[in-house]
Amino acid sequence: MKPGTVSAALKSGAIWGFIVLELIFFSIAGEFFSLSDKAFMDWDNMLLLLKQSAPIGIIAMGMTIVMVNGNIDLSVGATFAIAAIVLLDSMTWPLFAGLGDWVIPVAWVLALAVGTLLGALNGLIVWKTGVDAFIVTLGAMLGYRGIVFMFNGEQPTSHLNWTLVDFAEAKFLGLATASWFLLAATFVIWFIMTKTVHGRNAYAIGDNREAAVNAGIRVGPHMMINFAIIGFLAALSAVVFYSESGSVNPNDGQLYELWVITAVVLGGTKITGGAGSVIGTFGGVIAIQLLRKGLGHIGADTSTVNLVIGLILVAVLILDRQLNMKGKEELKV
Amino acid sequence: MAAITKQQIGSLLAKQGILIAFIAFLIGFTIANPKFLTPDNVLSVIRSSAILGVMALGVTFVVISGNLDLSVGSMMSFSTIVVLDLHDKIGPALAIPAMFAMTLALGALIGFLVGYLKLNSLIVTLGMLSAIHGLTLTYSGGKNMDIADKEGTWFSVFGQGTALGLPVPILMFVAVAAFLGLVLGKTSFGRKVYAVGGNGTAATFSGIPRARTVFMCYLISAACVATAGLIQASRSLGSQNTVGQGLELEVLAAVILGGASLLGGSGTIFKTVIGVLILGFIQNGLLLIGLQFYVQFIVTWVIIILAVWLDIAAKRGKLWSPIA
Repeated sequence: MKPGTVSAALKSGAIWGFIVLELIFFSIAGEFFSLSDKAFMDWDNMLLLLKQSAPIGIIAMGMTIVMVNGNIDLSVGATFAIAAIVLLDSMTWPLFAGLGDWVIPVAWVLALAVGTLLGALNGLIVWKTGVDAFIVTLGAMLGYRGIVFMFNGEQPTSHLNWTLVDFAEAKFLGLATASWFLLAATFVIWFIMTKTVHGRNAYAIGDNREAAVNAGIRVGPHMMINFAIIGFLAALSAVVFYSESGSVNPNDGQLYELWVITAVVLGGTKITGGAGSVIGTFGGVIAIQLLRKGLGHIGADTSTVNLVIGLILVAVLILDRQLNMKGKEELKV
Repeated sequence: MAAITKQQIGSLLAKQGILIAFIAFLIGFTIANPKFLTPDNVLSVIRSSAILGVMALGVTFVVISGNLDLSVGSMMSFSTIVVLDLHDKIGPALAIPAMFAMTLALGALIGFLVGYLKLNSLIVTLGMLSAIHGLTLTYSGGKNMDIADKEGTWFSVFGQGTALGLPVPILMFVAVAAFLGLVLGKTSFGRKVYAVGGNGTAATFSGIPRARTVFMCYLISAACVATAGLIQASRSLGSQNTVGQGLELEVLAAVILGGASLLGGSGTIFKTVIGVLILGFIQNGLLLIGLQFYVQFIVTWVIIILAVWLDIAAKRGKLWSPIA
C-alpha cells in the first residue's frame, strides 16, 4: 500500500459518510421535531432534493475543474444572471417572431454562447495578463453584475413560454429535467477530467505549474478552456432553472459563487489546485442540499442553515488538516 | 539609453502608478464637470467612502500578512445589528464597548483558525461569512433593527455629527488611517506583518511569531469592522440584517486597487486610502457626468484588472504574461 492511501480513502469517503450521517440524523430528529407527518427519507423527497441541487450542482462541476486547475471563479453568479436574461429576453425579440416554438432552442444556444464567451473572456485575461484568477473574476463579478443591472435596472425580466415550462417540468424515468441536466453535467465533466488529455493536464498544472510547463504543457489554453467550461455550465444552470420559473431578478445568482465553492471544498477539492474529483463535488452538492432541506424539515430557519454550513466548512478544514498532518511531518525532514 | 528610460518609466509606474492614475482621474472628471472638485462634493464623497474605507484599512493588514478576509461584510452587519439592539437595552455608552467585544471575539476566532491552526484563510473566512450571517439573523430573529427614540440619542454623533467643521465619519476614517499607518509603517509589529506575508518560512526561522502576528491582523480587521458598524448604525439608526452584504468584495477591490498583492508582503495604509478614494470618486464622477449608476461596476471591473496588470507588468518588465 502506498503511503497516504488510508488518509486518501478516508478523505474521499468522508463526504459520503457525512451524507449518511445527515440522513440518519434528520430521519430521527424529524420524528420528534418535524411539523409534517411525512418521513424525511421519502423517495419523492429525495428526488425533489436532486432537482433542487441542480442550479448549484451544475455550476459546481465547472468550479471543480477550474479549482483543480489551480484557479477560482467568483463571477459565476453574475454569469448565471446574464445568461438568464439572454434566455428570457431573446425569446421576445422581433427578429425571432416567426420561429414559433423553434425560438426555444435558439434562445438556449444564445444563452449558452454568452455564458461560454464570458467565461472564456475571464480565461483569456488570466492567460494573457498573468493577473491572478481571484482578482480577474472578482472584477468580472462586479462588471458582469453591472451589465445585468444596466439591462433592466432594478426591474425583473420576465417571459413565460409554456412549451418551455412543460419541458422543464417534465419527468423522464422518474427524474425531473433539471436532475437529468445535473447528472449529464456531472458525467461529462467526470469524463473530461479522468479520461482526456485535457483533464490530466488540468491536474498537472494545478499540482505544479512549473513542472507542467517544463513537461511541455501549454498552461494558458488549458486554463482558458476550463473558464469557458464553467461559463457554459453557469449558463446551462440558468437555462435549466429559468426555463421553469420564467422571471429573473437582477440580484439572482448573488452568493452562488459562495455556495458553489462551499460544495466543491466539502467534496474534497483542494483550493490550491491539483487534487479533487467530480464525484466528491457531487457528494458535496448533495450534502449541502440535504442540510438545507433537513434543517428545514426539523423546523430550523435559514439563519441556522447559514450558521451550520459555515461551521461545517471550517470543521472540514480542521479535519482535513489533521489527516494531512502526518504526511507533512514526514516531508519536513 | 532608451532601454534604461523605459525601465525607469516602468519602475515609476510600478511604484506610483496608482497615484498617477488617481490624479489623471481627478483632472479628467474635473474637466468634464467643474462641480467635481468643489469642497462640498469632495467631502460628501469621502464621507460616503468612510465605512468602506475603515474596513479596508483593517483588511490591508490581513492581506499584507498573506491572507484574505471575506467575512468583513457579514461581520459589519453583525456589529451594526448588535449595537442597535443593545442601544435600547443597556444604553449607548455600554452598547458600544459590548459590540466591540463581541466583534473582536469573532475576529479572534478567525485569527485562531487561520493563525494558529494554519487553515486556508479564503475558505475559513468564506465559512465565517455564512456563519456570521446566520448568527446575525438568529440574533435579530430576521427582523430589521431600529432605535426607538431616534431624535433623543447622542448615539447619532458618529454617523451624522460634525466636529472641527468636518463630518465625524471622515474624522474617524482619518484618525484610524493615521493610527494604523503608524502601526504598520513605524512599529516592529508592522515589520513583522510584512515579514510574515513576504516569506512566512523565513519569518518563522528569524524568530518572528507567525501565528500571533496573523492573529493580531485579524483582531485589527475586526476592530475596524466594529468601527465601520458603529458609523453605519449611527448614521441610519436602524438597519437590515444584510447591510454589509457584498461589502467584503468592494473592500478587497479597494485594497487591491491600492496595490497590495494578494500574495502578501506588499501594500501600505496610504495606498489603501488612495484605493478607497479612487472607488469613491469614480462612483461619484460617473454619476456627475450623467452616466447610469451601474456603469461604475463595469468601470471598477476594468480598473481593477488594469491596475493589477500594469503593476505586475512593470515588475516583470513585460506587458504580456509569460504563460505559454
